Amino acid sequence: MKLRVYLNFDKEKVTEPVIWQLAKEFDVVTNIRTAEVKADMGLVGLEIEGKTEVVEAAVKWLEAIDGVHVEPIEQSIIEG
Amino acid sequence: MSESIVRALKCRECGQEYPIEPTHVCEFCFGPLEVVYDYEKLEGKFTRELIESRPQNMWRYKELLPIDGEPKVGANNGFTPLIRADRLAKALGVKELYIKNDSVCYPTLSFKDRVVAVALSKAVEFGFTTVACASTGNLAGSVAANATAAGLESYVFIPEDLEQGKVLGAAVFGTNIIAIKGQYDDVNRLCSEVAGKYGWAFVNVNVRPYYAEGSKSMGYEIMEQLGWKAPKHIVTPMASGSLCTKIDKSIKEFIKLGLIEDTGTAVYGAQATGCSPISKSVKDGTDMIHPVKADTIAKSLAIGNPADGFYANRVIKESGGWCEDVTDEEIIDAMKLLAETEGIFAETAGGVTLGCTIKLLESGKLPKDESIVICITGNGLKTQEAVINEVAKPRLIGASLKEFDVLAEADGVKSNY
Repeated sequence: MKLRVYLNFDKEKVTEPVIWQLAKEFDVVTNIRTAEVKADMGLVGLEIEGKTEVVEAAVKWLEAIDGVHVEPIEQSIIEG
Repeated sequence: MSESIVRALKCRECGQEYPIEPTHVCEFCFGPLEVVYDYEKLEGKFTRELIESRPQNMWRYKELLPIDGEPKVGANNGFTPLIRADRLAKALGVKELYIKNDSVCYPTLSFKDRVVAVALSKAVEFGFTTVACASTGNLAGSVAANATAAGLESYVFIPEDLEQGKVLGAAVFGTNIIAIKGQYDDVNRLCSEVAGKYGWAFVNVNVRPYYAEGSKSMGYEIMEQLGWKAPKHIVTPMASGSLCTKIDKSIKEFIKLGLIEDTGTAVYGAQATGCSPISKSVKDGTDMIHPVKADTIAKSLAIGNPADGFYANRVIKESGGWCEDVTDEEIIDAMKLLAETEGIFAETAGGVTLGCTIKLLESGKLPKDESIVICITGNGLKTQEAVINEVAKPRLIGASLKEFDVLAEADGVKSNY
């Protein structure tokens, strides 16, 4: 499967090579499609491709990192 | 005149154009797609007289909404009152103040009826028979009501802890309501997956570019109701930030088509302090939106990572507007002020918009001697819990004239004899 997500990086995580770590940890292809990185925040549009269960595990791994926020590319789907 | 002037969907980031299809994200850069039009096709044809000759609903501006021909859903939606709010203006020391009152929008008493009418009309054009949304309130009710009136199947996803009153507001229309366990992010992600997997029109996912355009009708109406002019200042509530950008787009379109003069309208954004990522970005002088965890009584504005935040930030700065945010107490005070001065019971989002207007006036960001429009987007009957303990309780008396006479005397009321 191919999953498209936005990763938000907090100030503390913005300098860490999280996407490199992800690719080392899991058998997935990571493809950065858009990115804006500043001193106090980073935003990366990322495509993660691989076997469904591996992609899902990779997303769970990302979500567990303090200071990294994973969202679907639609961002907030729930509205008032 | 029924020829569509819609040209394409266009990526707001890289400018790539796409055909008119149920899609919402640029395949190249993940940027959001927006409907673009060939305005020159309307030159000399789309006049004030033509608009005024049409029924009073949002479709009197149909050439500027992304539908083909006549609307398939929500034919009577929109065209809410714009009232001159002199009593509120006096209380605030303002010269010229108006309320655009979408708390009485047909059929479900919120401005969502505008966006849903466009999304569902487009969904029918695309051949969808099932529509869906994820909502904590107004959107759920609007999708459910408008879908059922059009004979469409609907699915409404809600968080499991949603208040009973809000569940009822959608359930009564016979929609399929699915409550989802988990945190906000979990619910959000599931909805993204559902939207991608099932062949439905998910209003704020695959038909979002069309859905969002419906907000422009609020701006068109304001300009027509002001006597074909834009106000100097307009204050909008911000959740995703979309309304703010579409009001600005509506004004630019009317200027481009020669329907109004360009008077340099400034657009202002209002948020609750407990969920104010856009307001914070404007105040901090950045264009990066830091996601937040929402904690406010203004649930209809509680979007912690607003999809249109960057664009709202830009519109506000470029138009010369500003942002504010208000606490829960300030929201309640503003709801009461609006109700007690103008007889309008707005939902908590209305308290946010008025509360922020007051703060903008106090700080001098909003001048008191120029025309101001405040956008009220939902009805207070839906968020009664916010003010239930804040209003006077009834005074209890027996069914006796003598008892009432005592009460009237205490109030200083004189009888006729």
